[in-house]
Amino acid sequence: MSASPLPRRLAIEAREVSKRYRRFMHRNQFKTLKSALLTGSLLADLRPEETFTALDDVSFEVPKGSTFAVIGENGSGKSTLLKLVAGITKPTSGSLAVDGRVSALIEVGAGFHPEISGRENVVINGIMLGLTRREVDRRFDEIVDFAELREFIDAPVKTYSSGMYMRLGFAVAVHVEPEVLLIDEVLAVGDEAFARKCLDKIAEFRRRGRTILVVTHSLGLVEKMCDDALWLRHGRVLDRGDPKRVVDAYLTHVAGGEETQLRAQQAATRAEVAAAPVERQPGAVPGAVEEPAATGYRPGRWGSREVEIKALRFLDPRGRERHVYVPGETLTVALQIHAAQPVEDFVFGLGLYSADGTNVYGTNTDIEGYLPERLAGEAEVRLTLDGLSLVEGTYLVDVAAHRRDGKPYDYHRGLHSFRVKSRVKDVGVYRPVHAWSFSGGVALTPPEPRGELDLSDEPGA
Amino acid sequence: MLAEIRTLFKFRPLIQSLVSRELKARYRGSVLGFLWSFVNPLLLLLTYTVVFTLILPGRQSQNIQPYFLFFFCGILPWTWFAASVGESAGVIIASGNLIKKVLFPAEVLPTVTVLANLAHFLLGLPILLVFLAWKGKLAWTVLLLPLPIFVQFVLSLGLALFVSALTVHFRDIQNILGHVLHLWFFATPVLYDYAAIPEHTPLRQALRLNPMTHVLVMYQQLLFHGAIDHWRGLFLSLLVGILAFAAGAFLFDRLRDTLPEEV
Repeated sequence: MSASPLPRRLAIEAREVSKRYRRFMHRNQFKTLKSALLTGSLLADLRPEETFTALDDVSFEVPKGSTFAVIGENGSGKSTLLKLVAGITKPTSGSLAVDGRVSALIEVGAGFHPEISGRENVVINGIMLGLTRREVDRRFDEIVDFAELREFIDAPVKTYSSGMYMRLGFAVAVHVEPEVLLIDEVLAVGDEAFARKCLDKIAEFRRRGRTILVVTHSLGLVEKMCDDALWLRHGRVLDRGDPKRVVDAYLTHVAGGEETQLRAQQAATRAEVAAAPVERQPGAVPGAVEEPAATGYRPGRWGSREVEIKALRFLDPRGRERHVYVPGETLTVALQIHAAQPVEDFVFGLGLYSADGTNVYGTNTDIEGYLPERLAGEAEVRLTLDGLSLVEGTYLVDVAAHRRDGKPYDYHRGLHSFRVKSRVKDVGVYRPVHAWSFSGGVALTPPEPRGELDLSDEPGA
Repeated sequence: MLAEIRTLFKFRPLIQSLVSRELKARYRGSVLGFLWSFVNPLLLLLTYTVVFTLILPGRQSQNIQPYFLFFFCGILPWTWFAASVGESAGVIIASGNLIKKVLFPAEVLPTVTVLANLAHFLLGLPILLVFLAWKGKLAWTVLLLPLPIFVQFVLSLGLALFVSALTVHFRDIQNILGHVLHLWFFATPVLYDYAAIPEHTPLRQALRLNPMTHVLVMYQQLLFHGAIDHWRGLFLSLLVGILAFAAGAFLFDRLRDTLPEEV
């Protein structure tokens, strides 16, 4: 592959690269030599017709010395792309040229043999990755020190913990001194200290002008370390360019996907609950207390249905239905109410729960002092939550219409949910509006000011 | 085919370390360790000696006495052959992780299988020579042993390449192969004397078509009989071996790109 001409400044150049895999149909899976011989389809089988396109017309170039990220959901073709660049598989069509020695961290320690010592495995792995015996010997001490395995190096690899195994594999791979380093999500494993060390090593590679191609889900890493990013979806390039912009586009898209998913999920729960006979709901037993036994937070719907909550919608500031929000946005919960007979005793309430069932907030019209006068026919009730002070996560919303003594008309428990997405991964449930300030003998570099994602243009469905 | 040889030559440091790893790993954890390379053929010899002196005595011609020694001359190289071809069937599948994750020529794997078994054969050879010397059979002709060894190596490697690549696509081969090799064993003069089968009989004609026949006969001549009059047969086997290697290399090359996807 490196034989094809490549402009001097480029390390990797992919032109209209496509990769199709044979798709495993049941029919083919059980096809055996005997049946292949009997039907004479032996050669036909080796040129399968049923294919799956993992990469479709992908073009990009990576200049020498740059760090290039490939992002995308699972199954988007990222790893296939990496294998193609590594030369492990060949493109079905298109051309792919790589200049310089490639080392692929696709799975560290892939070539280790469990029965022999770490020492012997380092040698074999090094040779396998393209070093000569002498080069391995020269770098051996460095490798062992990097892996922090000096005292275990003569023990068989099968006695290693998975962390030790990983460290040794990573150590060998980065000491191969590649001109092009390919990394596939390997930093996800290993303890904090070692991950830090790996990042330092990668930073050192960058300083020394080596080219790095990284496939990762750590979007923070992409923004921090990469010069360029490529977003793959279903094997096609969706976006390419400045990492911050590409990551934002990707995150917005992911939020849109979650939106669609939440919508479908809630439609399903609601249909399920609506179909269940009213008598079976716990609160329908006459005289039962409003809350079902505190055995846990179980979704359900109960009540006499004299007043019915026919629909609940989450509305964004522009009045459009949406299920994914960022902190600080305004969220309106709109209830569509129907009372078959006029009633004079009624309360509307709302409860907000975190995904584990912890009550975050609860209120109703009675607590807040609204006095019911009359309710008849169709009505709409809206509660607007200004500036959501929540951290990232999924939140469940309970809504209810009941009498002032607590007897439920219609109680929706855990049927409605929305998601909060944030760039900041702070913890807990509540995020007060806050600010840090420092004075005296302390200095910190403030983060680059970056707003939350703008989801207002992503209707999702 | 030449490209294949060049690749294998280029990767010989890797092949070398993989062979030594294979040898070390095989007996790691056993009490006798490397001694097994000597004990294995001895036990095999003992088994067959019991069978052919106690259970089925006196069926062998005078020409191949002492029979156990004659048998030993054949079973040692045969074991190398059968193990090489048999083990190569699963070798790419077993290293699937490697093929999929690390860039290196896959033909290294069946080559390592053949070479590792060659090493076992060579380790067993001194025992055979000691027995030959003991029975006064050792002749200068043992110096020509590298010739049949070379022919057998080429033939085994060709078959190993062929079988290893094809098994990835048709896993059935792994099951069938054991039986094929078993049949092949009986179709090769290891247990019996090729010279004792009358000329111009269909059986003799059939045995002549088997390339391993001539290799085995050559071993038996060089080691047991101290004779060297089977050159034509060995030469024909070499031609078949080169053909097998060319076919194996061709098939392997054709299937190479599919291997990481199918394992």
